[in-house]
Amino acid sequence: MLSRTADHLFWMARYMERAENTARILDVTYRLSLLPQNGEETESMWAGMLKIMELQDAFLIKHPAFTTEAVLEFMILDRDNPGSILRCLRATRENAHAVRGTLTSELWETSNATWLKIRGFTMTKIMENGPGDFFEWVKYRSHLSRGVTIGTMLQDEALRFIRLGTFLERADNTARILEVKYLNLLPGSHGDAHMADYYQWSALLQSVSAFEVYRKVYRDQMTPLRVAELLILRADMPRSLARSMKEVYSNLTWVSNARSAETERMAGELEAHLRLGDIESIFEGGLRSYLEDFRERIFDLGCRVSDDFLIPISA
Amino acid sequence: MAITKFFNEMTADDGSVRGHYAGYAAWLRETPLDRIERKRAEADALFHRYGITFAVYGEESGTERLIPFDVIPRIIPAHEWKSLETGLRQRVKALNAFIHDIYHNQEILKAGCIPAQQVLNNAQYRPEMQGVNVPCDIYAAIAGVDVVRAGEGEFYVLEDNLRVPSGVSYMLEDRRMMMRLFPELFARHRVAPVDHYPDMLLHTLRSLAPLGVTDPTVVVLTPGAYNSAYFEHAFLAQQMGVELVEGQDLFVREDQVFMRTTQGPRRVDVIYRRVDDDFLDPKYFRKDSMLGVPGLLDAYRAGRVTVSNAIGTGVADDKSIYPYVPEMIRFYLGEAPILNNVPTYMCRKPEDLAYTLAHLPELVVKEVHGAGGYGMLVGPASTMEQIETFRKYLIANPEKYIAQPTLALSNCPTFVESGIAPRHLDLRPFVLSGTEVQMVPGGLTRVALREGSLVVNSSQGGGTKDTWVLEA
Repeated sequence: MLSRTADHLFWMARYMERAENTARILDVTYRLSLLPQNGEETESMWAGMLKIMELQDAFLIKHPAFTTEAVLEFMILDRDNPGSILRCLRATRENAHAVRGTLTSELWETSNATWLKIRGFTMTKIMENGPGDFFEWVKYRSHLSRGVTIGTMLQDEALRFIRLGTFLERADNTARILEVKYLNLLPGSHGDAHMADYYQWSALLQSVSAFEVYRKVYRDQMTPLRVAELLILRADMPRSLARSMKEVYSNLTWVSNARSAETERMAGELEAHLRLGDIESIFEGGLRSYLEDFRERIFDLGCRVSDDFLIPISA
Repeated sequence: MAITKFFNEMTADDGSVRGHYAGYAAWLRETPLDRIERKRAEADALFHRYGITFAVYGEESGTERLIPFDVIPRIIPAHEWKSLETGLRQRVKALNAFIHDIYHNQEILKAGCIPAQQVLNNAQYRPEMQGVNVPCDIYAAIAGVDVVRAGEGEFYVLEDNLRVPSGVSYMLEDRRMMMRLFPELFARHRVAPVDHYPDMLLHTLRSLAPLGVTDPTVVVLTPGAYNSAYFEHAFLAQQMGVELVEGQDLFVREDQVFMRTTQGPRRVDVIYRRVDDDFLDPKYFRKDSMLGVPGLLDAYRAGRVTVSNAIGTGVADDKSIYPYVPEMIRFYLGEAPILNNVPTYMCRKPEDLAYTLAHLPELVVKEVHGAGGYGMLVGPASTMEQIETFRKYLIANPEKYIAQPTLALSNCPTFVESGIAPRHLDLRPFVLSGTEVQMVPGGLTRVALREGSLVVNSSQGGGTKDTWVLEA
């Protein structure tokens, strides 16, 4: 497969996954913002979310304060914000367009139709019924795109690069979703003091479609430790770091080439750490620094994938 | 004005419906207009969703336009198609023989059939191709010949497009759309299928692989996603199951072309290029080209890669060469031309210029190197000012122009805002030449949507129609 084609497929998948996870992060933060609290708390919550998404500075150039309306506008339809859902869906579509001949027509049309539709949205329309419906729509389009990918694409290299992009992005994004919530958790703490707020945990779980899963797996009350364990270490949880890394590793070994041995080793190491990891010791070392370190490694891995496969081997 | 009467494809002069349109006319009578209008809107929405659009430069990303699609088909009876097809095959065979001759012994010039300076001083003549042998001596593997009808069975060739003719994807998508919108029509008519075209194209390209290559790797070379014909490039690559590459994906090492893949370099044997000659190889042609592959011409001349259509085919489809095509058919094939050429006045000749200047209101004047319907004068449809402006151009640079009588282009009922009304049309069938010459029955019908307009180019507000060749 052409390196350029692989590059477009990889980024097409990453942007679609990013659009979905952005909707998820916004959804959980929005729900939390509705809990009884003062305006200052709400603003600091949005500020924290933007910080973890590395968009705080860009936001402050356009808006004076972290109000719910301003953040939603910035993160949903802002054409100048490369992290907005609109921009993610546009990038998805542009990458798909560049390789439309490699995609099945169903997959291309799904991506194109999503883009045509979001161009018709306005913030007024989105806020009419609350943004929840819109977030649902984004998730639904992402589900559809994933389903069409798996249901129609030949299981060849193209599919592997798409899956690689999806799971590398998801690993990063799930880590960020966790960080938003565990922002205030101190190293060494098990966060028991926060258990008073059942709604916060349930909102977090719901944002990654894991509320029922939690119940099924633990059949017990919610604790921050278990929530973290579910989203970090449980390989049977589809959005967890462990699951994402397992997929990254297996897709990477599938597309393996003469230059990629070290990248595969690093991915394998990260995957093994998660497979054999223990949540108690992660909490001992501090969850936040653990997640930050994880994201750094994911970033490195992304760069290495580019170098090994996507940037053409020079003549 | 010279023209009063046009040949209507559907209705004869006495008002009766022509035989091959009888079934469709009956369907049209029993189908409410608002149903057709609904279907037309549905077609627009579907074309948008499929992304069968072209990018508009300078507008926001994602701004793409549709080429208008008309839901009323253009129908050609079997016997007319048969003679058209025979004529087209003959013409393209002669054109390929001509290009081969020009880049080898130039017999036709020696015989004095065409003035040598007409060919050798032409900007489209590529001296780099002199003496280069290409597989099967085929230069124009893909030809899109523009044909118009003036009267019953009276077809004229307007233009031979031998460089990078486009439009075949619209031929295929228009058919697909019609079958989706009006399946019942296809149950009533025996419409010859066209959807095997990509298969035929792949077969043609493979048959032109360099000597000794048994299982060639074929690619489609596109200028990129922002090119107005990008949809077609991606479509054809996908339908043939080959890679769609850009210049940056290819490189040449020791006269061999490779593409950059995730598994390292991979050899390329046949390039169906949709990039113009000028941009193909910055080492030899335009130095500033970002779309080409440095060294491609070296590999090509060494016979290590096939570039299709060949470099330098423009020497045969130039408007100044066009008048000589009938001569080529006689010279190379020893046959009488089957299809008519439009009588052409070459303004570089003083007597032709004098005639042209004296008859401007009845003539069509075209730039020799123009394309896309730009830079032309349609005498009968022009104002005195426009005609006088062109008169000045002609006197200043006569060699830049040719003139032709305004043809009474046939028309066909077309769905327009005011309802159903006749609009003028042409036809671009595609001729594939490899080890054998092949065609699918049909082509792209382009229709001038503006009332009275004789210009069908999409850049000038033209649309397309599905073209039905009926099986006998």
